[in-house]
Amino acid sequence: MAESDHEYSKVDKIIESYSCEKSALIAVLQEIENSYGYLPAWALRHVSEKLKVPMIQVYGVASFYDAFHLTPRGKHLIRVCLGTACYLRGSARVLEGLERELGIKDGETTRDLTFSLQSVRCLGACALAPVMVVGERYFDKMTPTKVRGALKRVRVYGENEKD
Amino acid sequence: MKKIRTPQGLEALQNSLLQRRDSNKSCVRVCIGTGCRARGSVVVAEAFRNEIKKQNLEIPIDTKQTGCHGFCESGPVIVIGPREIFYQRVKLRDVPEIVSKTLLNGEIIDRLLYVDPTTGQKVLYEHEVPFYEKQRRQILANNGRIDPTDILDYIAVGGYQALAKAITTMSCDEIIGTVEKSGLRGLGGAGFPTGRKWRVCHKVPGDVKFVIGNGDEGDPGAFSDRSLMEANPHSILEGMIIGAYAIGANQGYLYVRAEYPLALKHLQIAIDQAREYGFLGSKIFSSGFDFDIKIIQGGGAFVCGESSALVASIEGKVGEPRAKYIHTVERGLWNEPTNLNNVKTWASVPLIINNGADWYAKIGTEKSKGTAIFSLVGKVNNTGLVEVPMGTQLKEIIYDIGGGILEGKKFKAVQTGGPSGGCIPEELLDLSVDFERLTEAGSMMGSGGMIVMDEDTCMVDVARYFLDFLQYESCGKCVPCREGIKRMLEIVTNIAAGRGKKEDMDLLQELAETIKDFSLCGLGKTAPNTVLSTLRYFREEYETHVRDKKCPAGICKDLIEYFILEDKCTGCGACLKLCPQQAIDAYGLTHTIDPAKCIKCGICRDACSFEAIMVK
Repeated sequence: MAESDHEYSKVDKIIESYSCEKSALIAVLQEIENSYGYLPAWALRHVSEKLKVPMIQVYGVASFYDAFHLTPRGKHLIRVCLGTACYLRGSARVLEGLERELGIKDGETTRDLTFSLQSVRCLGACALAPVMVVGERYFDKMTPTKVRGALKRVRVYGENEKD
Repeated sequence: MKKIRTPQGLEALQNSLLQRRDSNKSCVRVCIGTGCRARGSVVVAEAFRNEIKKQNLEIPIDTKQTGCHGFCESGPVIVIGPREIFYQRVKLRDVPEIVSKTLLNGEIIDRLLYVDPTTGQKVLYEHEVPFYEKQRRQILANNGRIDPTDILDYIAVGGYQALAKAITTMSCDEIIGTVEKSGLRGLGGAGFPTGRKWRVCHKVPGDVKFVIGNGDEGDPGAFSDRSLMEANPHSILEGMIIGAYAIGANQGYLYVRAEYPLALKHLQIAIDQAREYGFLGSKIFSSGFDFDIKIIQGGGAFVCGESSALVASIEGKVGEPRAKYIHTVERGLWNEPTNLNNVKTWASVPLIINNGADWYAKIGTEKSKGTAIFSLVGKVNNTGLVEVPMGTQLKEIIYDIGGGILEGKKFKAVQTGGPSGGCIPEELLDLSVDFERLTEAGSMMGSGGMIVMDEDTCMVDVARYFLDFLQYESCGKCVPCREGIKRMLEIVTNIAAGRGKKEDMDLLQELAETIKDFSLCGLGKTAPNTVLSTLRYFREEYETHVRDKKCPAGICKDLIEYFILEDKCTGCGACLKLCPQQAIDAYGLTHTIDPAKCIKCGICRDACSFEAIMVK
């Protein structure tokens, strides 16, 4: 897929804001991830050329850190905490419930690009365990039974509904 | 001209701040730390501001958004000064009432007070809540008192005075000597003597040196670093500036997890303000010392908590550790001498400079000085952040501060130190917690996670959980860690699935010891701890899984079965409607579960109001 010059210049701007420093590779990728929601392959190749870092190293970094994704992600990112406190209180069952309900596995995105499902290790909100976060919205003391209702609310009201 | 150039200037500023601030004025302090924020405290804080404006009050009232108070269980929490009234679980709809009753008329709203579950008494003040009463909050002392986004708040409580003292009255040698004498040890988990590390880094020749603050708290179930960074970022900066001055570094880095957006934001604000006031930048306190700090966002890799992997990550590389015969204090970031400490260690430094080495050395045990911070979580009543002197007994932390086990269940084990730590059984509940005792018990201090487990926790499953975490997070550089943990996970998974063999336990033990001895970095060296400690204290449970193909706690899916107690089932149909597998039949008056269809998701048990669904 040929990307427009506009997209390339957007990435150029990010790279230039770090003065094309090789050591800024992670920071550059973080900004690209923030603006696209993932790291498009063309952008990785472009970063490799501009920073003069071999593609294998760029790919190595992009695939090593959890903060980076190589495929597009859904509109709503669902994060299920699998930290120890949440796990002990049954968050693995919540994750299974979500997988069943959405028809995708952990780490995948629904085909309509509405939801991405990702398990994470500790969000530091252990008092709310088991906790699930959609965008910035927290759902505390989750159970598999509450999954359907929670998804419905996000579909209808979005991520910013206030209780 | 805001820049502070002399200790006198700093003191004058503090005095004028204290004078300007009427201590009798009412002030509402709302916690906006991650825990309370998740329960809607930001909305509550805004509502206070609006309500106070709306009611057009004669008396001026301040509102303040503070960092984490630590008592996350009761969030959102607010404290109303000057009387220090403590309200918990405050909702948006409570705000108008609090303003009109408590703030205007001094009336107490009963239902918002904390009730001590053991005595049934209502508690009026924060310090009287049993959760806080038994703690010694030193590093966390100003969490919940100051606005983390306002440097003046920090200066008003005596902030940056340790820096002024260190730079204008102490030599580098004296500062390092004081830290050495205090007995401060690395609070990131390993417990290496901080003063000794500084001494080595100071002595290594070189014009360019670095200091790093490690805020890459990757342990699941630990959030003390996050709380500190969110609630009192200046204390970390002050410690780093003092350390850099003593060591001779001119550039510092703070490596913080990207998953902690609020901590990143507050630290950046703090750095900008510190620059504005001249605590960062050139010629700090009119000396020849220049220093600045840059924040680096972590990429979300557990191994980057390890110093050499963290350094690689700052350099923009894959976070792989290297062999330890070259120390980072000699050759670290960009091959220059680098001193890395955890953010809690850095925040302890100003306390030591202000109060003296002897003051600090008096707290704690013979070899572990000062306080320890634990994230008390899991099956415990009071989830939250706990700071206690080193040497406090486990049972004091879990029962007196933590309020005992959730739902009155039976205690089984406590896991400390995150994935690198181990499980400590009931027999050792009177263990005094410090670096040495925890290691002897087969666990470690780690980053201060303290996860309480009850009778419904399966220890084989816990071992499997941590191995799964570690095999995912292993960077893959060295064979013992990369291959060994995977093989251990396979064995434990087999045991949990009822495919275990008698000789598996010995094989696990052997593998664990090999991984411990031959891994490159701390991740691998400590990875087998959970398996070793559960084998040591809970071998019986492994044996039951292997021999009887049973999971006593009812957790391991392949070894359990859901069934319905006929005499308790009322045939209400609640489970039937929710079962995703249509595995529940309703022939006759009561229900039955078809084991062939059941996927053991547990939804039916959650749905049953009559406790009719059991696991065997």
